[in-house]
Amino acid sequence: MAETLSRPQNLREWLAFVLVWGAAGLVTAVFCWLLGDIVWHGIGHVSWTFLTAPPENAGRQGGIGPILASTSLILGVCLAVSLPIGIGTAVLLAEFTSDQSLFGRITRRSLDILAGVPSIVFGLFGNAFFCKMLGLGFSILSGGLTLACMVLPVLIRSTEEGFRAVPASYRLSAAALGLSRTTTLIHLLLPAAVPGLLVGLVLGVGRAIAETAALIFTSGYVDRMPESLLDSGRALSIHIFDLSMNVSGGDTNAYASALILVIMLLAINGTVSWLATYGLHRKIMTV
Amino acid sequence: MTPVESLTGPHSRHPLEERPACRAPQPIVEIDRLSLYYGDKPAFQDVTLSINKGCMTALVGPSGCGKTSFLTCLNRLTDLIAGCRVSGQITINALDVLAPGINVIQLRRRIGMIFQKPNPFPLTIRRNLEFPLREHGIRDREQITQIIETTLRAVGLWDEVKDRLGSPALALSGGQQQRLCIARALALLPEVLLMDEPCSALDPLSSGVVEDLIVGLRGRYTILIVTHNLAQARRIADYAALFWVQNGAGRLIEAGTAKQIFENPRDPLTAAYVSGMRG
Amino acid sequence: MTSLSNNTLSRWSTDELLCWSLRGIATIAGTIVMLIVVFLIVEALPVLHHVGLLRFFTDPSWHPAEGLYNLTPMLWGTLFAMTGSVLIATPLGILSAVFCHYYAPSVLARPYRRLIELLAGVPSVVYGFWGLVVLVPLIAEIQPPGPSLLAGILILTIMILPTIALMADASLANVPQQYLRGAAALGLPRWATIRGVVFPAVRSGLFTGVILETGRAIGETMAILMVCGNVVQIPSTIFDPIRTLTANIALEMAYAIGDHRAALFVSGLVLLAMIVALVVSAEWVSRGRMYG
Ligand SMILES: Nc1ncnc2c1ncn2[C@@H]1O[C@H](COP(=O)(O)OP(=O)(O)OP(=O)(O)O)[C@@H](O)[C@H]1O
Ligand SMILES: [Mg+2]
Repeated sequence: MAETLSRPQNLREWLAFVLVWGAAGLVTAVFCWLLGDIVWHGIGHVSWTFLTAPPENAGRQGGIGPILASTSLILGVCLAVSLPIGIGTAVLLAEFTSDQSLFGRITRRSLDILAGVPSIVFGLFGNAFFCKMLGLGFSILSGGLTLACMVLPVLIRSTEEGFRAVPASYRLSAAALGLSRTTTLIHLLLPAAVPGLLVGLVLGVGRAIAETAALIFTSGYVDRMPESLLDSGRALSIHIFDLSMNVSGGDTNAYASALILVIMLLAINGTVSWLATYGLHRKIMTV
Repeated sequence: MTPVESLTGPHSRHPLEERPACRAPQPIVEIDRLSLYYGDKPAFQDVTLSINKGCMTALVGPSGCGKTSFLTCLNRLTDLIAGCRVSGQITINALDVLAPGINVIQLRRRIGMIFQKPNPFPLTIRRNLEFPLREHGIRDREQITQIIETTLRAVGLWDEVKDRLGSPALALSGGQQQRLCIARALALLPEVLLMDEPCSALDPLSSGVVEDLIVGLRGRYTILIVTHNLAQARRIADYAALFWVQNGAGRLIEAGTAKQIFENPRDPLTAAYVSGMRG
Repeated sequence: MTSLSNNTLSRWSTDELLCWSLRGIATIAGTIVMLIVVFLIVEALPVLHHVGLLRFFTDPSWHPAEGLYNLTPMLWGTLFAMTGSVLIATPLGILSAVFCHYYAPSVLARPYRRLIELLAGVPSVVYGFWGLVVLVPLIAEIQPPGPSLLAGILILTIMILPTIALMADASLANVPQQYLRGAAALGLPRWATIRGVVFPAVRSGLFTGVILETGRAIGETMAILMVCGNVVQIPSTIFDPIRTLTANIALEMAYAIGDHRAALFVSGLVLLAMIVALVVSAEWVSRGRMYG
């Protein structure tokens, strides 16, 4: 840290000083404006009934009960598919392939690209592959599977980092004792990598909950309570989109739904930084 | 191949039980023209050496001459390092160590290794000892408890930790951790013990305790110990071998009985090294 | 790290089994990108076959119902929105990071960093909604109609700012202390140190940040869709409504069939190509650095 005491001495230093504080002030102001606006207009409308009741009159009245249910189902499908694949891939990349191996390099590269693919392109793909080709139609299953593809890179990356944070001496001493790699993995590495895995999980959940574009053409718009995974179900983010764009007079409920969504994401975000600062260190140092 | 004592059988042997001491030289490990490369860079080349049963052999030499690398060949930890290539021949009790098809898991069970830095697992003290035993087929609770007590007594840790076997091993002091690691290796009844500067990361006091423990193991195990402490090597070893870097790769300069190496070295390099003029 | 090229496992069926099943799983993860490309191409093929790639740029207009497929207005829309927002967000984001590291007293630095992290987590539909109900009416007062390129640029700026700010923050955290001590010992003032010593040291990190934010700006759909007005035209002022490639897909996918649908997949391919180009250039810049 440069010394914070000295006052700017010449014009250029003053200018920089003003610019830096100005930028920080601007960002803070916009953030407070955004959050304040949503809380201010949304808070009065949030209640238990709002959370549980079905929407009425295209969402202008009523609540978001079925929408929360669909959102959780989509999320459930997404995690059920992406967790095993993500953890498996991360284990392979971190523990069973060298950084130079062709297989590892190709897998990493394609995951890097996958991480950058725009969500609307995931939507196109999900529509063509899950809805049409696999015949799942507009359904919670299609939406969840599409999201699973989307969150995989995030999940894999932080899980892999979790594994890499485990000291190499664990692996050496385990091998020197003649423990098999499976045993080492299950009993030593996996527990030590849990914090990284949790960070990945929470980040993935955050990305999945926030997602809209990939779901429009995969899980659809239907705002009834879903009866099976093959039913179409409306995610919370799509509900907000629909209320604000297609339903005149839907703003009040849109505000309230946006507030719910933001609260969920802030909670997730808080969990990540808590895990990153406290969870990681504690876990690796002691247990 | 001599019959391997089965771990699953009655675990009757005491880790400190007297065994044929180091009298008549009877090779148990034979190393023939062993070389190791990290990528294209040689760590050491052309090492031929035999290790006698029940004896303590000290490996000495300056930093970076490949002593650690040499040890890791013997239990094939080199398999874990990408780009690491080993050539030559190693036989331990008539088992061809470098043969591709051998059971490395069993090999590593039979060859214990102690690292420079104590490396207990982030588990409880008890789990640290119990977990490898279970993996090697000892499931009987009573027997495990028995072995834990015996080995902890053998390393002089029992009285210090018997009331807190359930607490994290990483909460122990450095010297205690190192003794726990030795206990963990002894619990598997190894035929050969590899020790890589086991005292160098410890404070003088714990270092002394661990050294006493190692001296106590002398004559009961075949031990190959790397050390930078020449006085220590002279005190405790039966045999000694000097490594040195020549032409960018480690080489074995001279090997013989400790007495001969320290009192009557043949190679001028050895003479200079042991008299403390170099290194 | 470790490798399995040696025959270590030949006797160890559990280990082998594990390794092979992991390989299978990783192959699934690794082929998703390929699947995406294949499906986009397969779905786009009919129209590429009937119409050819060239007409996506030379047709007089975008009227898919009449067989006219000019994508250029949308491409320009995407490019304008992206350029504008990257130009504003980059300096703001870097200054934010500089604020955290060198200007803010430590009581402010931590909460400010948290705030940026929170901004990064707000979903795009919420940004879009806020833009629609707050920003667009404000712009309409200055210059109707309101939904416009300007609104899009502003919303995108807020959305991608955390990306560059966090990236710059991480890079600044890695600047070796001795550089700063050296500069201090020479009596350099704060900004001179930052400009002359810190920025050159973190250039590649900042560049990676810019690449990442550009990718986000290109790919953003919902917020843009909600505030840009979605008129297919090349804007003449920043108050004109525009339509981006992503918004175009989101708007028309619901009812598109036949060649029209295929044309939307073509725009998906175009988007993907842009992203791949970005990833490759990012890789090129940070060559030699580790994954993640
Ligand atoms: N994993 C590795 N990859 C590449 N080179 C290595 C690796 N491990 C060791 N080396 C190199 O091999 C040479 C021998 O290293 P080694 O650790 O065996 O020496 P050492 O005699 O044990 O030294 P010290 O007394 O400092 O422990 C050194 O030049 C070292 O840089
Ligand atoms: Mg060493």
